[in-house]
Amino acid sequence: MVPALAIENLSKTYGNDFQALKGISMRVEQGDFFALLGPNGAGKSTTIGIICSLVDKTGGQVKVHGVDIDLDFAGAKKFLGVVPQEFNFNVFEKTRDILLTQAGYYGIPRTTAEERADHFLKKLGLWDKRDTVSRMLSGGMKRRLMIARALIHEPKLLILDEPTAGVDIEMRRSMWEFLQEINAAGTTIILTTHYLEEAEALCRNIAIINHGRIVENTSMKSLIRRLHKEVFILDCGDALPEDIAVPGFVTRKLDSHTLEVEVEKGQDLNGVFNSLSQQGVCVQSMRNRANRLEEMFVNLVEVAKA
Amino acid sequence: MNAREQYIAFMTILRKEIRRYTRIWTQTLLPSAITMSLYFVIFGSLVGSRIGEMGGFTYMQFVVPGLIMMAIVTNSYSNVVSSFFGSKFNNSIEELLVSPTPNYIILWGYIIGGVTRGLAVAVIVTCVALFFTNLSIYSFPVVIGIVTLTSVLFALAGFINAVFANSFDDISIVPTFVLTPLIYLGGVFYSLDLLPEFWRGVSQLNPLVYVVNAFRYGVLGVSDVNIEFAFGMIAAFTVAAYLYCMHLLNSGTRLRQ
Repeated sequence: MVPALAIENLSKTYGNDFQALKGISMRVEQGDFFALLGPNGAGKSTTIGIICSLVDKTGGQVKVHGVDIDLDFAGAKKFLGVVPQEFNFNVFEKTRDILLTQAGYYGIPRTTAEERADHFLKKLGLWDKRDTVSRMLSGGMKRRLMIARALIHEPKLLILDEPTAGVDIEMRRSMWEFLQEINAAGTTIILTTHYLEEAEALCRNIAIINHGRIVENTSMKSLIRRLHKEVFILDCGDALPEDIAVPGFVTRKLDSHTLEVEVEKGQDLNGVFNSLSQQGVCVQSMRNRANRLEEMFVNLVEVAKA
Repeated sequence: MNAREQYIAFMTILRKEIRRYTRIWTQTLLPSAITMSLYFVIFGSLVGSRIGEMGGFTYMQFVVPGLIMMAIVTNSYSNVVSSFFGSKFNNSIEELLVSPTPNYIILWGYIIGGVTRGLAVAVIVTCVALFFTNLSIYSFPVVIGIVTLTSVLFALAGFINAVFANSFDDISIVPTFVLTPLIYLGGVFYSLDLLPEFWRGVSQLNPLVYVVNAFRYGVLGVSDVNIEFAFGMIAAFTVAAYLYCMHLLNSGTRLRQ
C-alpha cells in the first residue's frame, strides 16, 4: 500500500537565505493519525505549505498517495484537505456559501456539494449558522468551518495546522472526537499542535521537527516508553514534617501540604507511599506535574539545539 | 480535473464574482450610472449644446460611445483588481491555490467576472444615455468585438495590478494616475482632428485612443484611427497581457512563497 504522504530530502530556503527545511524525510502511512510537532519557526508550516502548494520547495520530493507533486500537482491536491493555522476564508461570505464555493473549486457538482455541506454543517454544530456571514462566527466556529471546508471534497489525507488553537476545552474535546471518528472511517490525519496532550491523546505516530530537521520520528508508544522520569505532585491531608524525605527518590516540598516526587524509570510508587505512611503522612490525591510528552519534547529540542 | 470539473470550477469563481459585485451594488454598479448621468447633463446637454457638431454628429452623440467605453474600462479593471487583491489580502486566495483548479481557469474566472461587471455597467449607462439622445448601432460585429476585447484587456490589466499590489493604496494608484488620464486624453470628449499635429501624434501612443475610436466607429461609423489597426493593437495587447498573467500565476509571483 502506498503511503498517504512520503517526503524525501525536502528542503526550503527562503529569499532571505533562511533555510527553513534542511532535507527532511518522513512517511505517513494510510489511516495513520500522525503528529508533526516542533517549536515555533521549526519548519512545520513550511512543510505543510509545500505539501499543499502554498510554498515552493527548493529541493526534494513529495508524494501524496503515490502522486508526485512535481509531476501531477492537481492529482495530488485531490487527495489533500488542509486546515491552516490562520483563518483564510472570505469574511463577507456566508458559512454555507464558503463550503459550496470550496466544493466548486474541486469540480464537485452543486447538488452533491449541497448535500455534503449540509452534512458537515450539522456534524460540526454549524447548522444554525449556515446563513450567517462568517465574520460573525466565534473563534471556535471559525475553526470548525475551516475543518468542514477541508473535508468538503472528502480528502484521503487531512492536514490540520493547530486546529484547536484558541478553542475552549469543551469544544476541543468535541473536535477530538470528530477527528477520531473521521480517522476511524479511513481518513489519514496529520496534526500539528502546541498542545502536547492533544498529540498524545490522538496520534499513533509522531515526528518532531526543529531548526528544519526531523529530530525524532517514531511511534507515540515508543516515545512514551523512553521517558526516564515522571514527576508527581502529592497533596497531603496534614502538614508535612519539616525534615520530610523519601529514601531513593528526589523530593521537593512545594508548601506545607504539597510534596513533589521524581520517579525514575524502573522505580515504583509503592516505595513512596510506604515511606510517607511510615512518617505519618496521608496522601489525599496525586497528579502529574506536567504533561509527560512535554518533558520529552523539551529534552529533544534542547538536545537538537546543543 | 476533467472538462466537466473544470467547467464547475470556472462557474464557481464566476458565480462568486457576480455575487460579490451585486452584493455591494451601491459601490459597484450605481456610481457609474450617477457619474455618467452627470457627464451627459453637463457635457452633453449644457456645454454640448454650445459646442455644436463634432465629426458630423451632435456633441451628445459624439461623447456617448466614449463614455460607455470609459465605464467598461474602469469597471472591468476595478472589479478584478479589488476582488483578486481582496482575496490575497484576507488569504482566501489560498482556497483556490490549494485546490486542483488549473491556473487558466482561475484567471478566466476572474476575468469573465470583471467582463460581466463591465458589460452590466455598459447596459446601465446606455439606458441612461437613451434619456438624453437617440442611439443606433452602425456595426454590431465591431461593437461586440471591441467591447469584448476591451473588457478582457482591462480585466487582465486589473489582475496584474492585483498580483503586484501590497496594499489597498496600490490598487488605486494605477486607476488614478494612469488609467484616468489615458481615458480623458483618449478622445472621449474630443476628436483628434482638433489637436495640433504634434499632440495628435502623441495621442497615437495612447491605447485608449484605439479603444474609444473603434467603439465610436461601431456606434456612429466614424473614427479618428484606422479600425483594423485599432483592432490589431487591442488584440495584441490582450494576448500579451493574458500570457503575462499566466506567467504570474504559473510562477506563483506574489502568491506563493
